[in-house]
Amino acid sequence: MSTTGKVRQVGVDLQDSEDTHALVDAIEADNPGAEVVHMPGLIRVTTAGELVIRRESVQEQLGRDWETHEFQMNIVSYFGTIAEWDDDKIVIKWEH
Amino acid sequence: MAKLSMRERYSLLTRDLDWTPTYVDPKVVYPYTRYEGIKIHDWDAWEDPFRLTVDSYCKYQAEKDKKLYAVIESFAQGQGHLHLTDARYVNALKIFLQGVTPLEYAAHRHFEYLARHLDGPGPRFAALCQSIDELRHTQTEVHTLSQYNKYYSGLHSWSKMYDRVWYLSVPKSFFEDAITAGPFEFLTSISFSFEYLLTNLLFVPFMSGASFNGDLATMTFGFSAQSDESRHMTLGLGALKFILEQDEANVPIIQDWLDKWFWRGYRLLSLVAAMMDYMLPKRFMSWKEAFELYFEEQMLGGLFPDLEYYGIRPPRHLEQAITEKDYMSHQVYWLLYTFSHAASFNTTIPTPDELDWLSASYPDTFDRHYRPLWDRAQQLADSGHRFFNRGLPMLCQTCQIPMTFTEPGDMDTIAVRSREFRGEHFNFCSDGCKWIFDREPEKYVQAWLPVHQIYQGNCGGATIPEVLAWYGIQDGADNGEYLTSPDKASWDQWKASAQSGGT
Repeated sequence: MSTTGKVRQVGVDLQDSEDTHALVDAIEADNPGAEVVHMPGLIRVTTAGELVIRRESVQEQLGRDWETHEFQMNIVSYFGTIAEWDDDKIVIKWEH
Repeated sequence: MAKLSMRERYSLLTRDLDWTPTYVDPKVVYPYTRYEGIKIHDWDAWEDPFRLTVDSYCKYQAEKDKKLYAVIESFAQGQGHLHLTDARYVNALKIFLQGVTPLEYAAHRHFEYLARHLDGPGPRFAALCQSIDELRHTQTEVHTLSQYNKYYSGLHSWSKMYDRVWYLSVPKSFFEDAITAGPFEFLTSISFSFEYLLTNLLFVPFMSGASFNGDLATMTFGFSAQSDESRHMTLGLGALKFILEQDEANVPIIQDWLDKWFWRGYRLLSLVAAMMDYMLPKRFMSWKEAFELYFEEQMLGGLFPDLEYYGIRPPRHLEQAITEKDYMSHQVYWLLYTFSHAASFNTTIPTPDELDWLSASYPDTFDRHYRPLWDRAQQLADSGHRFFNRGLPMLCQTCQIPMTFTEPGDMDTIAVRSREFRGEHFNFCSDGCKWIFDREPEKYVQAWLPVHQIYQGNCGGATIPEVLAWYGIQDGADNGEYLTSPDKASWDQWKASAQSGGT
């Protein structure tokens, strides 16, 4: 399988909820070129190469404190590898 | 005291609680992690990207459960069973409760075993969390779907049916194959192949299908369960990469398991394909589209180039799965339609609109090969002879699905593969299933094949009513044609009373 030339997509499927809308706004702000697709009950966000979720951006959108662990409440599925998950950000990308 | 970072908390609350045994040989404490040939040199190299600790696990799980039970209450208070697109939809839930919920329970038990028997504290704790998750999924699925059991047929006795009924031996034998393997093969089969590689094909269509068809209950338990699923996916992918990185000698073993479990899982999902294309009154995506998006694009396009780094290639028999995306759902739903007199769900002929949707979704195959079958079924039904296949089908020794799949690309010839072993004759639905048998014939000769068991007199008797009674299926209600079923009659009555002002 060849990987030359094409940046692989990564993405997350999120529950369609109020909190998720704020999350999606934060993801879009931090990941230029992110694509957002609405499916029944779900919102799917994909980016080329890497997807970053920053605590500060999410807090700004939600107008309250948010810890990265709370992302578990919204996520339905993802594709890629969780490369980082610490107090300030979550990064999803392919490793190799 | 300053608040600890996630990294520090994880280190203190998970890794640091482990100790190295000194009175007893570690090999005695962890006796099951050597016999499969997998070599692990450093269990501490296992990373949990979630850095989950027991306190945050409990906090978020409690929150998920509170949300879920609030919805169940309002579902009951708001007569949620009336809000579906059509009562026909409930048949998809029947298959889910009978065939998937018992797998959640089996997963709960086996992850508990891993939580005891893996050598490293990181994977043990991840397995413990998953074990508790799976038990929660079992409970929440039973609680939510019991709301429908008050009003619809076929949802009672699901755990008895799982142990006895012919089509449920497909998921049951799949999972028992996994839990009777060693811990590393189990991680490859369930955690990686099922939970990472194929999971989106099962759960995402189910949840979106529920949402699209007004099924608040399933959508709620589904999303609640899926929110755990991302952790399970991470455990699966993490396990695979960890094993591959530990020793090069592990690579061919993993490749072999991956080849086996891709095909096992893919065959199991043929039931989901039929559900997606035929059992949802409102459809949002065909099996073919789902396969292209969730498997070809995300896994073949995304994951496998990553795994190539370790020397792993895409699974064996993949080409057949790609060829079959154009027709697999039609073959399997026809099977369900023609054998639903012996099943705990109702089926019916797709409506004219649905037939057109199928034509549009499968332009290369549907009108030529499958629409004529439905036209014929309609003629028979119109003349009062709803078609049921009264014989007992030959089953594949490996996946246990009746022989219904055709030669790849040739939709007119049923595929059968055979071989002898210890003087007995065995049949298979595909090269993939035969290849799996050939690897471990001693294992698969032990299969509990429902048709053989009926002929051997182990299923209540020799006639269909006797077997149905033994299955726990109420003849005339749980099984057969949907249009003449009690579910349809109740639904029409509820809708009519609503239209005329209600009673």
